Formats: sequence, C-alpha cells, structure tokens
Amino acid sequence: MEYFLTEEQKMIKELAARIADEKIAPLAIQYDEDGTFPHDIVKILADSDLTGVYIPEEYGGFGGGVLEMSLVVEELSRACGGIALAFAGTGLGTFPIILFGNDEQKKKYLPDIAAGKKLAAFALTEANAGSDAAGIQTTAVLDGDEYILNGTKQWITNGGEADVYTVIACTNREKGARGFSAFIVEKGTPGFSFGKKENKMGIRASCTRELIFENCRIPKENLLYREGMGFIVAMKTLDRTRPGVAAQALGIAQGAFDEALKYSRERHQFGQAISSFQAVQHMLADMAIQIEAARALVYQTCRHIDSGAKNISKESAMAKVFASDVAMKVTTDAVQILGGYGYMKEYPVEKRMRDAKITQIYEGTNQIQRNVIALELIKEMSGKK
Amino acid sequence: MNVIVCVKQVPGTNEVKINKETNTIIREGVESILNPFDTYAVEEGLRIKDKTGGKVTVISMGIPSVADMLKETIALGADEAVLLSDRAFAGADTLATSYALSMGIRKIGNYDLIICGKQASDGDTAQVGPSLAEKLDIPHATNIRKIEEIKEGYIRCQRLTDDGYEVIEMSLPAVITVVKEINEPRLPSLKGMMRAKKATIPVWTAADINADINRCGLKGSPTQVIKTFVPVHEIKSELIEGAPAEQASKLAEKLLSMRFMKCV
Repeated sequence: MEYFLTEEQKMIKELAARIADEKIAPLAIQYDEDGTFPHDIVKILADSDLTGVYIPEEYGGFGGGVLEMSLVVEELSRACGGIALAFAGTGLGTFPIILFGNDEQKKKYLPDIAAGKKLAAFALTEANAGSDAAGIQTTAVLDGDEYILNGTKQWITNGGEADVYTVIACTNREKGARGFSAFIVEKGTPGFSFGKKENKMGIRASCTRELIFENCRIPKENLLYREGMGFIVAMKTLDRTRPGVAAQALGIAQGAFDEALKYSRERHQFGQAISSFQAVQHMLADMAIQIEAARALVYQTCRHIDSGAKNISKESAMAKVFASDVAMKVTTDAVQILGGYGYMKEYPVEKRMRDAKITQIYEGTNQIQRNVIALELIKEMSGKK
Repeated sequence: MNVIVCVKQVPGTNEVKINKETNTIIREGVESILNPFDTYAVEEGLRIKDKTGGKVTVISMGIPSVADMLKETIALGADEAVLLSDRAFAGADTLATSYALSMGIRKIGNYDLIICGKQASDGDTAQVGPSLAEKLDIPHATNIRKIEEIKEGYIRCQRLTDDGYEVIEMSLPAVITVVKEINEPRLPSLKGMMRAKKATIPVWTAADINADINRCGLKGSPTQVIKTFVPVHEIKSELIEGAPAEQASKLAEKLLSMRFMKCV
C-alpha cells in the first residue's frame, strides 16, 4: 500500500529494514534465549544515524517526529520486538526532554542521545502505581540547591543500560496528581542503584529493572519543566510514544505474518502446500487485513501528532489498542498455521506471540486506553452541547 | 592516506547470459549488484580513512547505470566515485580493463593505496588487480586478509595462502586485493544515504582519461573466448534393494568393480 512517505522517511524505513534483516534477525532467537542486552545492535543503530531520527536538528538529530521514530520501531520489531526496545525505550525517556526540557537541558542531553552514545529510560511505574499512576510513592524533597530522591521504580525498560533517566516523583503529597514533578537523573549519581533484572515472558532482549533511589541528590537544575507538572509531563509524553508501542506491535505482527505465509507455501500435507487450503488462506487473508488496517491507523496517528494537533490522547490510545490487539491475534494465528512447529522454540513465531503480549499491557493497559478513548468521546460530546 | 577502491558491477544471479557473437556477458536487463568481494575492498578503504584521515575514491568501469551502484558506496562513506563509461570500453578483457582503470587512476592521482576485491564473482579471473599494478608500475600483493600496519609510504599486511599466511611489506603506493576474511562490511548511514541521493557521479570517457582506444574494449583485448558454457555436474544414482546383508554385498561388489575398495 502506498503511504505517501517522504523520500527521507522511505530511506529511514529502508535502512531500518536492512538492519533488521541483516543484523537483528539472525540473532533474535539467541538474544531471546539468553536475555543479554544487544549492545552490538545499539552500536549499529548509532553508526547508521537512526538513533537521532526523532530529535530536533539543532540538537544533533535528524529533525523527524513520531512517524520517523515509529517507522524505525516497526522495522526493527519485524525482526525482534525486544531488541527494538533499546531504541523505543530511549525514545520514551527522551521525549520528556524534547517536549519540556529547557535549552540547557536539551543541549546537555539530546546530542549524545541523537548520536547513540547514550540511551535513555522513562520511570513512572512503581509496585503500587501502575494503571493508577497517582499512587506514586517515590519522593523528591528540595534541600538547598538539590533535590533528594527516595523510592523504588519498577519494570523500567532500559534500566541499568540507559545513561539518562526521566523520573516522576512526588514533591507535594497534599496536591495529589498536581504534586508530582519530573526529573532527569543520570546513571552513576550517588544513591541511585539498580535492582534485580526481571525474567520476562517476552521481549527478553530488552532489559527491565528496578531503579532504587536512596537519598539520591540531584542538582535542582535537573527538574523538568516546573514543580507540580510531573503528571502532565508523563501524560503528554505517553500520548506521543504510544504510537511507538503500536509500531512495535505492528512490526511483531508483520514478522509473524511473513513467517506464516512463507511456511504455508513450504509445508506440504495431503500432497499439497497448506497454502492451497481455504482454511489457511482465510486465516492469512484476515491477518493481512488486520495488519494493513493497523498500519494505516498507526501512520495516520503519527502524522496527526506530528502536525502539531493539540488533542492527541484519543487517537494515540486508539492506535496502541488496535495495533497491539492485532499483534496478539496475528501472532497467535501464525503459531496456529505453523502447527506443532509453531509451538517449538526453533521456529520463529512462538517468540513473537510472547513478545506481542506486552504491547497490550505496557504504556497503559488496553483497558486503560479504552477508558481514555471513552472519556475523550464523552468530553467531545458534552463540549458540543 | 588517500585510498582508491576499484569495484565492478556483476550479475546478481547465477543465470549469466552470454552474447553469442562476442562471447561476453550481457549485463543489460539483469539484476546487478556490487561484486561481493569488492564490498570488503570498500570497507577496508573506509577503515583506513577512519583511522588515518584522507579520502576514499571509488572507481568503476561499466555501463551508465553503474553510477547507481557507485552511489551506494557514497552512502557507505566514500568521498567520491568516478565511472569510466564509453562505447570504446565495451567488451574489455582483463588486460583492457586494467589499462582503462590505470588511466582513470592516473587522472584521479595523489593516492597511497589501491584496493580491489580478490576477484569478480562473474569472471572469476583475479587478474585485474595485479595487472593494474603493472600498468601503474607499483608493487602489489593479492589475497590480503589483514593490514597490520599502514603509514606514509609503508604497508605491512597478511597474505592468505593455502597453508596459512605470509607477512608482506611493501612501499606505497601499492595495490592490494582483499579476501572476505579481512573485515565485515558496514551498512550505510542515513547521512550517507542523503549525501548519495544528492551526489552526481562524474562519467569519464576514453578521451577524458587520455586512453589509447586501440588498447580499450574489444580492440584492446587479446583474449579470444572460443566457447562459454556452464559445466554439467551429473550425478548418476542407483538404488540397491534387498535385505540389509544382500544390499551390503551388492554394494561391496560395486565398490570393488569401481576400484574404490580392494580385497585383502
């Protein structure tokens, strides 16, 4: 399908696809098994300039937006949804700085992230603050020229591997959601350490860890935007990065579909390729329909966001919900088409089914996304009256 | 260090079509790729530039569409690329090719090292590199698997042999041909791809490089190809049937009669 990408966007997609096919695909099963962090792939992404596609030109990036980021995530995820997260997780950690950082903060952090010298991470979730983000317990107390951070963040993508962390902490308990603030914390700051590395069902090449803050002192210049605006920083960031999760889901689905289609033409039963059976054909057709619909929604949502539109929560949530549900369905069907082989680890589809599941859960569960969508619909309706 | 890399466009498939009259390869209409061995030559040139500075110039001889392939080398990081293209170059054998390349390289000038792939995947002769060195009157070494040291006027490298490797020292400028063990080629970068898109590849004719047209193309090619063919690999098979013991004795008889075994 012609999506009217610009020459530059086509180049980005083509380059990411080459990295996925030539460098990631041959290693995906191995990384999934041993769960090591893909430093060598991060180096390749840095050398290819792709690490800077969504970062403004004045800070060393390519000047693209959410669509450019999503094109890279989609292509990398076609080969491995876990490895793609080194890139996508960095995007999630960097967008708060792009959106809310002051010039000094941008100058300090963005060029190294654009060059792929540093990875970033975003830390919102805690043991008791997931879908209900207002339950955050981590505190930041101003003491002279420094904030003192205490608390533990949980399930942080790129935890331990990233150099730059955007952390949401409570600066005023009494103000509820308006009492949160966002901070930039650098790896290596005294009092900042990492907890256990999680043993996950999927996206195993991505590193997920706890961040532990024990009287961690950071300069007050590391406050992002203003005190009390942490919740806004987090929500506005997630609105822009959810299409990234959608693109990851889309890539995972496309990868699984490609394998299923190829296999259906190679596998013979009853004297013919299983692709000649209508039962299989209809499954393949349904998978392709869903993937194409997801791609159209994801790309268009990215364009909507990049156009500077003000209200993007609903569209962003729709893209994430739809693409992740498609990924779950398509990867499950891909396993079904490969049958017994699909269930085996030597074949490259069961991994994609495991990887797909997280896209329905993180950066806001699909249930929370539906809440967001419904709320926006109702708001729009009441606004009209 | 200024490095010149010689590259060739080759058919991407195994189904090479031959012009029956000239017995040369038909290149039009066939999917073409950069000769795989030359990708290592380009990479090695870029690595020398990364380490020592200077520039990498890529040169090729071929039909006008080879310019697109040369743009790919710009995307990888080559500074410049030049295409030698002229009807007078058509039908060149290795002698005429190395002559034309040598004249193109003289025009580029100011080089320390010339790198070629060890051979092209279509002709498989491995002659152009050494022949080029003779034309330029500079030393050469083939099948290089590692550059140990390179500096002003000096190179020390490892030459792959059947039993191991030799260490070769040469003065520069020189020609080396490289084997695939030497490196792992990089992928292009986004900035490189942007630059390649805008780049125009200069096309030099025989006149532009002061080439004697009697030494170019078919005219300058003493090689006479009498016949080209793909060797037929025939495998005859025979199924031996019967009980295992019976099969074994039948097989033994066969092997004896074919002298693969003898009775002791």
